[in-house]
Amino acid sequence: MNSLFTPLSWSDTGFILIGVMNTVTISIVAIVLGTLLGLAVGFLRAESSKVVNVLLGSVLDILRSVPLIIQLILFSTFVGAMGYPLDPFVAGSIILSLYTMAFMSEVFRSGFESVHQSMRTSARSLGMSYWQTIFYIRLPIGLRAVFPSWLGVALSVIKDSALVSVIGYMELLRTSDQLISRTQQPLMILIGVGIFYFIISYPLSSYGRYVERKMAI
Amino acid sequence: MISIQNVHKSFGDLEVLKGVSLDVNDGEVVSIIGGSGSGKSTLLYCINAIENIQKGKIIVDGVDVHSKETNKDKLRQKLGMVFQQWNSFPHMTVLENAALAPRIVKKMSKEEAIEIAKKELVHVGLGDKFDVYPTKMSGGQQQRLAIARALAMKPDCMLFDEVTSALDPELVGEVLDTLRLLADEGMTMICVTHEMGFARDVSDRVAYFHEGVIAEIGEAKQVIIDPQNPLTQKFLSKVR
Repeated sequence: MNSLFTPLSWSDTGFILIGVMNTVTISIVAIVLGTLLGLAVGFLRAESSKVVNVLLGSVLDILRSVPLIIQLILFSTFVGAMGYPLDPFVAGSIILSLYTMAFMSEVFRSGFESVHQSMRTSARSLGMSYWQTIFYIRLPIGLRAVFPSWLGVALSVIKDSALVSVIGYMELLRTSDQLISRTQQPLMILIGVGIFYFIISYPLSSYGRYVERKMAI
Repeated sequence: MISIQNVHKSFGDLEVLKGVSLDVNDGEVVSIIGGSGSGKSTLLYCINAIENIQKGKIIVDGVDVHSKETNKDKLRQKLGMVFQQWNSFPHMTVLENAALAPRIVKKMSKEEAIEIAKKELVHVGLGDKFDVYPTKMSGGQQQRLAIARALAMKPDCMLFDEVTSALDPELVGEVLDTLRLLADEGMTMICVTHEMGFARDVSDRVAYFHEGVIAEIGEAKQVIIDPQNPLTQKFLSKVR
């Protein structure tokens, strides 16, 4: 009976590290893409008409309200059934990025809106163009204002990336799952994995605090 | 020279300016006084093309402000404007605040822009604040920064929109002194103000706005000390 399970050994390190790397990779992809798309969509929402806002808003509402795990399964099953099976990494990156974008766009929208009209008018009165006002005044002031919220979203993306395991991506949680079935040592492995998530997230949050202090205005 | 010709301006159904005409000569200081809602600030916003107008014309140095062909960003470089709220750029030092527009709008080199910014900051008495962030300064200092920031663009004319209204009383003096200094140097200025003493002593002419029209305009001392229009008399008796 015992021979069915093999205990955790040093040779598993490489396997775990692949999981760590995959979690880091998909998190970085989602944070970068989600931030860039979120910035664009947040800007659109802050600047465009009510109609555009309602349309964009409803798409964002869906992305934010449907649980990520359901979006992942539906998306990868749907494109697979359409005849375009996607690599779990690609499918996971797309959905996780869009999901991140939905949250980031609200963060950035409030950043753009935090710079009052009178501030913009002052800048324009100096002869600055609309885009100069955006780049030199609204973006830098708005980004500073919303940086803590941005950091919060980014950190939760790292943890949410665990859900991409359901479509077969070999990230940290899925590697640990496989180790658990082999070794039957769930407690120890889950504690270990928890520590790894902490090690991945902690540098970001402490760097974030550092940046926040530096940019304090 | 600024020429305002029969300007009408409405916000929706509300007509704020009902045919205002006023010529301001180079080097002249004109103060605009009047109750709130009389349209005096709106006129400044129209001169700077921040607001459009429905009828009439505003000509600044031969340029029709509201014509479609006019490059408004270019026009605004000639017209420095300072607002009730100083709106310092909080993410930049005092020096960067003043050097930004010369650098990015006039495309000056960094050194040139900084040199001009320093000169104007010294001009308004902020020579010891170059590296300070504006949020660390008093309202009066920030308002003087706003003046220096506008002056660094070397405008032909300065528009002041109630620049002392949001200040604590003890800080009003330093800002008015700066305005007085500019007036003495021959800057063309239009000042919307509630400071009657300033209007009387510093401006060449004073215009009293009442419900979107100029009810009285004349030599500064005459309008403030010996107003002819009963409306002006009533207004001045209330603010004194």
